[in-house]
Amino acid sequence: MAERSFAREVQDLKLGAGEIFRGEGILAITKALLQSGVAYVGGYQGSPISHLMDVLADAKDVLAELGVHFETSASEATAAATLSASVMYPVRGAVTWKSTAGTNVAADALSNLSSGGVTGGAMIIIGEDYGEGSSIMQERSHAYALKSQIWLLDPRPNLPSLVRMVEEGFELSEASNTPVMLEMRIRACHVHGQFVCKDNQKPKHTLREALENPVRDVNRIVLPPASFLHEKDKLERRLPAAVEFVKSRKLNETFGPATGDVGIVMLGGLYNTTMRALQYLGLADGYGESAVPLYVLNVAYPLIEDELIAFCRDKRAVLMVEEGAPDYIERDLNTILRRRDIQTKVSGKDVLPMGGEYTAPILVKGVREFLAAHAREMLGNEPPRPDPAPVLADPRVKALAEAVPPRPPGFCIGCPERPIFAAMKLVEQELGPHHVSADIGCHLFSILPPFNIGATTMGYGLGPASASAFNVPASKRPISVLGDGGFWHNGLASSIANAVFNKHDGVTLIVDNYYSAATGGQDIPSSRALNPRRKTNNSIVDAVRGVGAKWVRQIDRTYDVGKMRDTLREALTTEEAGPKIIVASSECMLNKQRRVRPLVSKAIKSGERVVREKFGVDEDICTGDHACIRLSGCPSLSTKQTDDPLRDDPVAVIDENCVGCGNCGEVAEAAVLCPSFYRAEIVHNPTRLDRWLERARSAMIAWLERRRTAKRPRLAEGTA
Amino acid sequence: MSEAASGRSFGAGPPRISIAILAMGGQGGGVLADWIVAAAESQGWAAQSTSVPGVAQRTGATIYYIETAPKRSDAEPVFALMPTPGDVDVVIAAELMEAGRSVLRGLVTPDRTTLIASTHRALAVTEKQAPGDGAGDPDVVSVATEFAAKRLVAFDMERLAKSNGSVISAAMLGALAATGDVPFPRAAFEEAIRAGGAGVDASLKAFAAAFDEANANPVQPVRRPDKRFKAWPEFFREAELDRIGARIRGFPAEAQPMLAAGARKLVDYLDAAYAHEYLDRVGALCELDRAHGGAGRGFAFTVAAAKYVAGAMAYDDVPRVADLKIRASRQARVRGEVGASEGTIVATTEYFHPRAEELCGSLPKAWGEWIEARPAVFRTLDKIVNRGRRIRSNTIAGYLMLAFVAQLGPRRRRSLRHAREAAHREAWLNVAAEALAARYELGVETLGCRRLVKGYSDTHARGLSKFDRVMSAVPLLAAREDGAAWLDRLKRAALADETGAKLDGVLKTIASL
Repeated sequence: MAERSFAREVQDLKLGAGEIFRGEGILAITKALLQSGVAYVGGYQGSPISHLMDVLADAKDVLAELGVHFETSASEATAAATLSASVMYPVRGAVTWKSTAGTNVAADALSNLSSGGVTGGAMIIIGEDYGEGSSIMQERSHAYALKSQIWLLDPRPNLPSLVRMVEEGFELSEASNTPVMLEMRIRACHVHGQFVCKDNQKPKHTLREALENPVRDVNRIVLPPASFLHEKDKLERRLPAAVEFVKSRKLNETFGPATGDVGIVMLGGLYNTTMRALQYLGLADGYGESAVPLYVLNVAYPLIEDELIAFCRDKRAVLMVEEGAPDYIERDLNTILRRRDIQTKVSGKDVLPMGGEYTAPILVKGVREFLAAHAREMLGNEPPRPDPAPVLADPRVKALAEAVPPRPPGFCIGCPERPIFAAMKLVEQELGPHHVSADIGCHLFSILPPFNIGATTMGYGLGPASASAFNVPASKRPISVLGDGGFWHNGLASSIANAVFNKHDGVTLIVDNYYSAATGGQDIPSSRALNPRRKTNNSIVDAVRGVGAKWVRQIDRTYDVGKMRDTLREALTTEEAGPKIIVASSECMLNKQRRVRPLVSKAIKSGERVVREKFGVDEDICTGDHACIRLSGCPSLSTKQTDDPLRDDPVAVIDENCVGCGNCGEVAEAAVLCPSFYRAEIVHNPTRLDRWLERARSAMIAWLERRRTAKRPRLAEGTA
Repeated sequence: MSEAASGRSFGAGPPRISIAILAMGGQGGGVLADWIVAAAESQGWAAQSTSVPGVAQRTGATIYYIETAPKRSDAEPVFALMPTPGDVDVVIAAELMEAGRSVLRGLVTPDRTTLIASTHRALAVTEKQAPGDGAGDPDVVSVATEFAAKRLVAFDMERLAKSNGSVISAAMLGALAATGDVPFPRAAFEEAIRAGGAGVDASLKAFAAAFDEANANPVQPVRRPDKRFKAWPEFFREAELDRIGARIRGFPAEAQPMLAAGARKLVDYLDAAYAHEYLDRVGALCELDRAHGGAGRGFAFTVAAAKYVAGAMAYDDVPRVADLKIRASRQARVRGEVGASEGTIVATTEYFHPRAEELCGSLPKAWGEWIEARPAVFRTLDKIVNRGRRIRSNTIAGYLMLAFVAQLGPRRRRSLRHAREAAHREAWLNVAAEALAARYELGVETLGCRRLVKGYSDTHARGLSKFDRVMSAVPLLAAREDGAAWLDRLKRAALADETGAKLDGVLKTIASL
């Protein structure tokens, strides 16, 4: 169950021939998979491709009707290995993940897959998480395509192009017995557009047929001597077959005039931005007309040498537009031209930056420099270009740099991970700072203010693994963090079993929020929800005990900051040897609210007695020090200026978005902060007993209060 | 020359409209983008939206970007996937600082851009975690947006949306429709909301309200609460209080409002006699002020004394907290704060964590000192009291417990804490008096240092330590022309972070002057 429902998007997957699909790029890809007759789809969730997994998880009936097997893979390695169904059998399959992180994990399976080659079309949809909005290290996935010989598609980022590349990509895979990667940049995944649908196809060959008619061919197995034959086959048969297919289907495109002194070669994914840059230079219109010849590589690998030569041969110079380092294609282009002694100048990373996302202003600068060097006349009377420089240079705007705060993502309102790090901070105050190995997941937000906890992150499920070396006698133990997602992805073996086996003395904190939360709340083996299509409720504690851990503590309510702190302290100070493992479990609040909120409002409407909790701050007790915020950072806990003339500093305030998790009260209590927090239990549809008790109590308290304050001087109301 | 070689010009380009939405996770930026795209498509325009949500969905700031252009029969428009600084027609910012960010990123330029900004604030973590007032200066944003935008629509759309039972995205769509910068009729936007299907009526109401507001009053100043000064009335029903009023009216006019506020606080805190004590103390300082030319300086020293002496005398202690927690007016206020609807019952639980320190402080001076002088007794006592206690203040038992603690308040004059507070206060006021004699402004700033003392338990101790460190610099600064400015810098540095690292930096600088 993902954090949002994809019921509407599922309807889009059912569209038939001639109907218009309107929606996101990544969902268009999903629809294209069904139009291509895939027999199975797998993958591991992650931005920007999570929605592909999410919509299929909700599309049970569509998949059942078509006979498509859908699997939520345990990791990208599992997903890649899943494609082996297409090795011996002519079944089409697709898998997806976030790259390059996911491709790294999958690399072993990908090498084996591409060595033996495939019979049925095998496609990998990779979300190239590069540039603004990315959450991982900045690398190109291109290298994997080159080293393993997997064809790499990089289509123009409009829905019809994306859909076409999926459909023809399967054919390319089959024509060349090679898996195909389709690269989707972040913005392309989230681009909203439309395309004309075809009918969905049932798989031509099914998995069932394959299972019931097993095939074995020792020549497809990666073992000598077959592996040497594979290498030969890849270079001598599969590569030429692919080149021939790409050429004959015209998967790469040319735009603009047929001839010219200069031209631009670009990756398909960069087409729109390059066109915008040309437009700013007065060399293109907004509808695809260009004054410069353009050669667009919807297929980034293999390069089609004949096409490149034809495009470059009669030009003085060409500009290669590819994003990120290294400049693989530019180098290849040079090699291709020089081998044939074609003296066309190749420009690229000399005028464009080696690293970083290519935005329109960056491309304007690069293209302009290229043209100035090789075809100055084309620049002509340059139209005025958008230029914010004068505005940005104004002191009134410069002053903003001081006033505007950074706003990175952080823990959500009521997040159960917040009290864990609040407790860590409290322990830090007692025992001093420790080395903390962080992991991948929402819990990595701990590195930001207000917690500032965590020193390194080495990969998904590798938090404790990355503390491995710190297994030496010392007065402090290393702490490592591992999420439930990372635990099942890779952490159980690489981190926990490794620590047990090597008798590691550190502390491992497993953050269990019942979902793969950072990627959108997908179910994982330890999810507590009943998922009819998956086996959930597999205990993390049982698993770590299963690999031999002895010191294991389970905390079932992370909001108990005092207990959290005490358990951490114990783990850091106990005499016991071996890994100290704390499993801290509470449901992801985003998902809990999605699950619970409709039920609560329904219950209230139907007259049931419902108790809701909210927290508040007594403004006249709060002294405006904000220590509570430094131990929380909850978005609904903020500050406000008061109208009291005697006070300078804003006081804490809890807004209406509070979900009543209780963290602020627990922290105030555990850290001995201040008594200004209160918890309010709001009883909806109170019973007769509730009402009677309330009336009796308030009458009594009102009488006592009148007696108590009778002797006070009577100031006007609101004097405090 | 061939057409290409001569630099074939494509003219000014098609009437493409580009719209950037800066929003935070959960503000409905994606929904707003969908509505705009739907409205465009309903008018026969091609439209595309993109975003880079990623983990920014988790409370971070993110940009949604839309381009729309008239459809042509022969070709599809090629839209960009990200806004280009200097080439954006409409920027919609769902919060004041996000509006500032849009200007900083060059998305708002005077030749092109209509900026539609909600002026409400949602504070970022770095703003609210400061021990003082860490909020970004809203005036800087107002000045910058008015300068950078070709046209500005700025008002509190969050509040307007809420008062219409809806969310900010609907209000922002209404403001966009009102500007006319996207040439679609109002009905096209409303139809997009209807087609969206969720919360339609409330959304339409907020849309309409924002549409009208954007037309009637497009640029509204950023709202912030004014300090509320209430004059001391001529006549209370109690002679004691009237005497306080008479004394206040004997002070310079500039100081009277603050004195009234201070006296109110102290009557409420303890009794009328305590307010008289306050007026005695401030009166003495006022004489000092007069002697040092305060009349020509608006009696700034007296005003500051009126403010900070009141705060110092009404120190936060457990009886005070208990008293505030059980007041009759509180229940209604809590109901309002948690948004309890009619027919519900609200029960409140209070979080206390008393320690032996607080207990000793509230005992009579001699007893408290006796215990404190005996660590073993103190530790035993701490073992008994030091633990989190949750008190249900709406039950009779809970009420009685709090009422018992509260009644220690009227007796606090004899307590150890009271004696310590008084001594600390006098030491501070003496330093301030000396500073005043050296330089008037330094005297005023020295009084203001009291702002650093706040919080309970450890937080209070940390505040005191910062206060002491800042006060230690006052004698050093007395000789300097710019001493007051330095003291102000010290105070701000002390309020900037928890540990006082910045403060130590400034102190080092001062030592090296």
